[in-house]
Amino acid sequence: MKFPRRCAAACVAVSVMWFPTGAPQPASAETVLKVVMHSDLKIVDPIWTTAYIVRNHGYMVYDTLFATDAKGEIKPQMVGKYDVSADKLTYTMTLRDGLVWHDGKPVTAEDCVASIKRWAQKDTMGQKMMSFVKDLVVVDAKTPSGSSWEQTGLVLPALGKPSSNVPFMMPKRVADTPASVQISDFTGSGPFVFKRDEWKPGDKTVYVKFAQYRPRSEAASGLAGGKVVKVDRVEWRAISDHQTAINALLAAEIDYLETPPHDLLPVLKKDANISLVTGNPLGNQYAFRFNALAKPFDNAKIRQAVMIAFNQKDFLEAVIGDPAYYKVCKALFPCGSPNESFKGMEGFLDSNFGKAKALLKEAGYDGTPIVLMHSTDLSVLANLAPVAKNLMEKAGFKVDMQSMDWQTLVARRAKKDPPTQGGWHAFLTSWTAADILNPVSAGFINASCDTAMFGWPCDKEMESLRDQYARETNPAKLKQIAEAVQVRETQYPTHIWLGQWYGPAAMRKNVTGLILAPATVFWGIEKTGR
Amino acid sequence: MLGYIVRRILATIPVVTVVAVFVFLLLRLTGGDPAAIIAGDSATTQQVAEIRVKLGLERPIVQQFAIWVGRVVQGDFGESFFFKKQVAELIRDRLEPTAALAVCTLLLAVAVAVPLGVVAAAMRGTWIDRAVMGFAVLGFSVPVFVIGYLLIYLFAIQLAWLPVQGYQRLAEGFWGFLQRLILPSVTLAVIYVALIARITRTSVLEVLGTDHVRTARAKGLGEGAVLLRHVLRNAAVPIVTVIGLGVALLIGGVVVTESVYGIPGLGRLTVDAVLARDYPTVQAVILLFSVAYVLVNLLVDLTYTFLDPRIRY
Repeated sequence: MKFPRRCAAACVAVSVMWFPTGAPQPASAETVLKVVMHSDLKIVDPIWTTAYIVRNHGYMVYDTLFATDAKGEIKPQMVGKYDVSADKLTYTMTLRDGLVWHDGKPVTAEDCVASIKRWAQKDTMGQKMMSFVKDLVVVDAKTPSGSSWEQTGLVLPALGKPSSNVPFMMPKRVADTPASVQISDFTGSGPFVFKRDEWKPGDKTVYVKFAQYRPRSEAASGLAGGKVVKVDRVEWRAISDHQTAINALLAAEIDYLETPPHDLLPVLKKDANISLVTGNPLGNQYAFRFNALAKPFDNAKIRQAVMIAFNQKDFLEAVIGDPAYYKVCKALFPCGSPNESFKGMEGFLDSNFGKAKALLKEAGYDGTPIVLMHSTDLSVLANLAPVAKNLMEKAGFKVDMQSMDWQTLVARRAKKDPPTQGGWHAFLTSWTAADILNPVSAGFINASCDTAMFGWPCDKEMESLRDQYARETNPAKLKQIAEAVQVRETQYPTHIWLGQWYGPAAMRKNVTGLILAPATVFWGIEKTGR
Repeated sequence: MLGYIVRRILATIPVVTVVAVFVFLLLRLTGGDPAAIIAGDSATTQQVAEIRVKLGLERPIVQQFAIWVGRVVQGDFGESFFFKKQVAELIRDRLEPTAALAVCTLLLAVAVAVPLGVVAAAMRGTWIDRAVMGFAVLGFSVPVFVIGYLLIYLFAIQLAWLPVQGYQRLAEGFWGFLQRLILPSVTLAVIYVALIARITRTSVLEVLGTDHVRTARAKGLGEGAVLLRHVLRNAAVPIVTVIGLGVALLIGGVVVTESVYGIPGLGRLTVDAVLARDYPTVQAVILLFSVAYVLVNLLVDLTYTFLDPRIRY
């Protein structure tokens, strides 16, 4: 991969053509957008953690080399142009002209190389990508050099990855921080500047418009395109109580509420000054995760029986309720995404209890109680486990549902102990669709035994398919491999996907222009009047 | 007197030590792993393990306790796992909203509850007495958050007189400061008013039946003067006692009230820290609360000497 240090004069001329409108449109007089996000911002290093709130903070402050647009295609973002060599081994990228850090210094290829290296230490897709990389080099007009790659289709999807960990670009001095240490310098080159002096965790996080930011000329699309900022200041207010946040929105004390709970949506729908917008078109996907180490789930046939016993509608009805905000989708990769397919799903997720019982008998299930962890404190998860218990019991399982708060579950799921000694058999969670668009990024499909995510599935065939996907560059073949992964999932289930759901954002009607994207972003948003 | 105060202050040491050991152990016995929370949902087992090492959570509990106590003795509460700030700095930032809320609540509660209790006692058996006692039962029975939501709905949403949530520091303007404290203080004061009014009524009724009150009336003093000069002062000791004991109630109420009204105080900090298993912050805040509780009750004990000259230490 080559990163020329700066564009030459010719590039400047081209960049002028790219930005015919000159500087970005000024925001109207001192507009402050007050928002309540799904969580308070406590950690501010988007490489150090995968938490979505930190990812969203990252999109405010940092920029990316590539980005995923509304169609799921990878588009250049900080990169002006890029070339792929005929043998598909070398990627040469040229940074856009006019990119500067918040301290006014220019963005350089060295910064980008350091940022990629730090990100790739943490991110699973980055690690996979780097396994194909021989060298990352900085090339400028004086010192051109080449680097070789083993052929892979992962470069652009990884660098344009929409969700955690996103490969955000940071100044070299910041990116040189070891990946195991949190950064303490929050200089980015994104459309907003983080006001560290006004950041009070538990109270508010403040961003102001970065006046020197040069948006792309294209219209914003998903996380790609022109990041034109139309407000002067964005304040993330920390209101932990859902009802209070809704009351604050109704009283116009805040302008935007990222994730109102579904059971309170009717209150918001009644108010003529509030609009509900589903900002993340692909939404989220529920998942039932097996612990493949714990008997009897070490037997794939018994896991298959669960998949046969389940149906998605029962889960979605129990938690979301309103069909406007959920979709039954038997595809492993989210419906509406390029890898959507229903291949191999016949006979699964139809709650065929007779078939499930027969399979259990054939697999020799001995009545071992299944320890099902039930998280009680997150409204979008709380009703899932009781539904799972009910359906499994109808199929002949004995289920020991153990209730706990989410943080206890998070700690317990990391334990490999037997379920009777503090371990577990299964739990339910939810993924943002953007995290599970392909077999490499989807964490639960990783079946690399000890290095896989909690649940630790171990399947050579699955890993072989994931490797094939990482190496392939032809879109049609990529889809075929994704389908093969789905079929393999029905034979060797690592988890069960339980349908898609959507969480609309609530906004005052004087707030418009929300960008539909897998992460909440604040460029493009306008606020008029009060 | 001075010797008593010194003895009482020294007596806080074993109390605080017991609290420290209890909180330290309780947090570690509770399920949950701060490293897993920090790492995020998509983190691998290895990433979580790296963070555990970074936070020193791999060390034996006894060693962790010794390190923590050693630092606390030197006035260092350590660094928050999450906020990456010194815990002392976090507490300092959050102290003003909580102190303001507590003081406003106390003033409001005493200003309302004592007259209510006295009136109820003086008019024993009348509808006023029954109304005050009915309110007291209600105040005890309705959870703080329900009162909070009802007040918000009425005064912030329907009438739009007061803000729904938030806090403004005193330095940024008195009216804004007061405006944002009215609803939280009223919410939190309800249970306190109920408690103090009941005790005041009982205490005043007891004093009303004593000989010196009969003598005062026989002298021809008006009922108001009798109540204020002769009854209330003699009834004050149990009332002050219950105000002191009620600080525990106040601390519990602050946690809920700050969450309902989005006030960035110590109560919210406690909730956030507990949910995130931010051990250094939880330990420090609970220690602070326990010291505050002990000191308030010391102050109450000292107040007795001014209210009742017969009490000597």
